[in-house]
Amino acid sequence: MATLQLNNIVKDFGGTQVIKGVDLEVKDREFVVFVGPSGCGKSTLMRMIAGLESTTSGEIAIDGQRVNEVGPADRGLAMVFQSYALYPHMTVEDNMGFSLRLAKVPRAERREKVLAAARILQLEPLLDRKPRALSGGQRQRVAIGRAIVRNPSIFLFDEPLSNLDAALRVQMRIELARLHEELDATMIYVTHDQIEAMTMADKIVVLQDGVVEQIGSPMELYHHPRNRFVAGFIGSPKMNFLEVEVRGADAEGVDVALPGGDCRVPVAGDGVSAGDTLTLGIRPEHLVLDEAGPLTGRIQVIERLGGVTSLYLEHGDSEWILVADGNVAHRVHDEVRFTFDPACAHLFTADGLALAHLTRHPLADIDRKENRASSASDGR
Amino acid sequence: MNPTMTKKLLLTLLAWGIALIVFFPIFWMVLTGFKTEGEAVATPPSLFFEPTLAGYHEVMARADYLKFALNSIVISFGSTLLALIVAIPSAYSMAFLPTKRTRGTLLWMLSTKMLPPVGVLMPVYLLFRDMGLLDSQLGLTIVYMLMNLPIVVWMLYTFFKDIPKDILEAGRMDGAGTLQEVLYLLLPLTLPGIASTGLLSVILSWNEAFWSLNLTTSDAAPLTAFIASFSSPEGLFWAKLSAASTLAIAPILIFGWLTQKQMVRGLTFGAVK
Ligand SMILES: Nc1ncnc2c1ncn2[C@@H]1O[C@H](COP(=O)(O)OP(=O)(O)OP(=O)(O)O)[C@@H](O)[C@H]1O
Ligand SMILES: [Mg+2]
Repeated sequence: MATLQLNNIVKDFGGTQVIKGVDLEVKDREFVVFVGPSGCGKSTLMRMIAGLESTTSGEIAIDGQRVNEVGPADRGLAMVFQSYALYPHMTVEDNMGFSLRLAKVPRAERREKVLAAARILQLEPLLDRKPRALSGGQRQRVAIGRAIVRNPSIFLFDEPLSNLDAALRVQMRIELARLHEELDATMIYVTHDQIEAMTMADKIVVLQDGVVEQIGSPMELYHHPRNRFVAGFIGSPKMNFLEVEVRGADAEGVDVALPGGDCRVPVAGDGVSAGDTLTLGIRPEHLVLDEAGPLTGRIQVIERLGGVTSLYLEHGDSEWILVADGNVAHRVHDEVRFTFDPACAHLFTADGLALAHLTRHPLADIDRKENRASSASDGR
Repeated sequence: MNPTMTKKLLLTLLAWGIALIVFFPIFWMVLTGFKTEGEAVATPPSLFFEPTLAGYHEVMARADYLKFALNSIVISFGSTLLALIVAIPSAYSMAFLPTKRTRGTLLWMLSTKMLPPVGVLMPVYLLFRDMGLLDSQLGLTIVYMLMNLPIVVWMLYTFFKDIPKDILEAGRMDGAGTLQEVLYLLLPLTLPGIASTGLLSVILSWNEAFWSLNLTTSDAAPLTAFIASFSSPEGLFWAKLSAASTLAIAPILIFGWLTQKQMVRGLTFGAVK
């Protein structure tokens, strides 16, 4: 059992507020991912949870107990650092067993626990090596092993995979997901990587400038971003935005003017009236090439990835990114027409807030468990 | 020959030149120690002569070399140990818990090295007299410790600064208190640096003459006082003086030679890595 609550926590570094009142509720065994632009306070927030950074105001509670005044070692947490932070002068075994040694656990028991963790991470052949004799991926595994040995109720990961190459990242990502199933622990994870966030999280916390912009499941953030920032941040390539004029609006939808004709977007239009300017947002993968489409653009760049092709289009002073299938035959400078399903479009008011969709996306509340075979049934 | 080669050659020649200039007086001193007093003052100086141990015999007969040497060893190693014990906690707090005044404190500590020691001789002498520390190993140990403390703290501070913060934080997450952090992580990680700092402190203490001449007479006198005792008012006896000096620097020379690898490694520690 391990839950975590953050109640209006604030971090002030000598006069500048870096975390500006964050509320968060993490349930037992949940996998929570913090994302946000560089410098938004992800690491600071995680370090406050770990107890490495003091909390200026607000309350951090683990299992309902206030831990603001509890030292980092006594919060029942383990942290995996981006730099791995292995002890360079100790062998892998001593690295992993250091916490137990400090806790005066007898040698035999210590070895047993280290071996158990090493087995999970396939580290047994490396136990006698020093960190400098390990590859990046192996070091990462030792760092995770060191966390596992402590048997924490909550794991904290600060960009653990960012120093690994792409292939190893994919492998470690899957391994971490498996580990989460196997250990049944609560995990909090900071990343820059969209794919890591979308595939691993039960819940994503989007931060900007020390403020939580939205908390929700990956599909919820993708289909129902609360504001323009979240819409632009989640998804890759980035969502397209276009200023549009409102023709008419009611509770059943909003009519907006597009270059090639009007279009009705099924969002709640309360408070919007004809003549207002809104921002239309459509993801590149929701734009469809169509000879009769209402939108046009001239191709500036084509990126062929094989399976999919990204088209960078220009029309007047607006720019569009369109993701089409891999067989598009167009050439650069071709003029293309395209359209989209209005149900996939988003509308944002001038202050950046999204108008609510009339229907909730069917996958918005999907559970992570439905995406993964559980450890019991995948034959491991 | 291309320009980089020429540059290399010039630099090598320069380095050899400087090394020779630095080494020559020592070489000449060792040579003089094996001469008779007559040869020692001969002009032009004789490079080829019959070596004699007469100077050494006389030096050993006139003074108890071993007693002086033992004092040197006790005082220089003792003061180094004491300096490290005091400096490690202070360097720790300055490196890991800095305040606005840390930088200033460090500079101030270093600036005390610019003070001429004779400026504080009087108060130190009077204090030592009243506390009964004159001509005692303990007294000289304390003075040497204070003398080297700024350099020792400064060096340890730079070595500690180089330790990645993450490693110590990982230690804190693993449950290490400050003492355990220092014993299990910081000291093992900075051992090369600490060792070279210690070596430097030993060498500086060994060679110190001002305080040893002023604060000791016989009981606690180290080898620098041993040398000085041969520059007698009846006139200089160069051969004997050279023999005594050679005896005085021999141990530290051997010590330095044995540990030079460590010295260089420690002093460039962090810079290269
Ligand atoms: N010790 C400190 N003193 C003052 N400011 C700090 C300190 N640590 C972090 N900051 C500031 O707090 C802000 C948030 O830093 P933080 O490291 O949490 O960002 P981040 O979201 O983890 O960024 P990144 O994605 O680049 O790792 C930054 O503007 C940073 O400059
Ligand atoms: Mg960070």
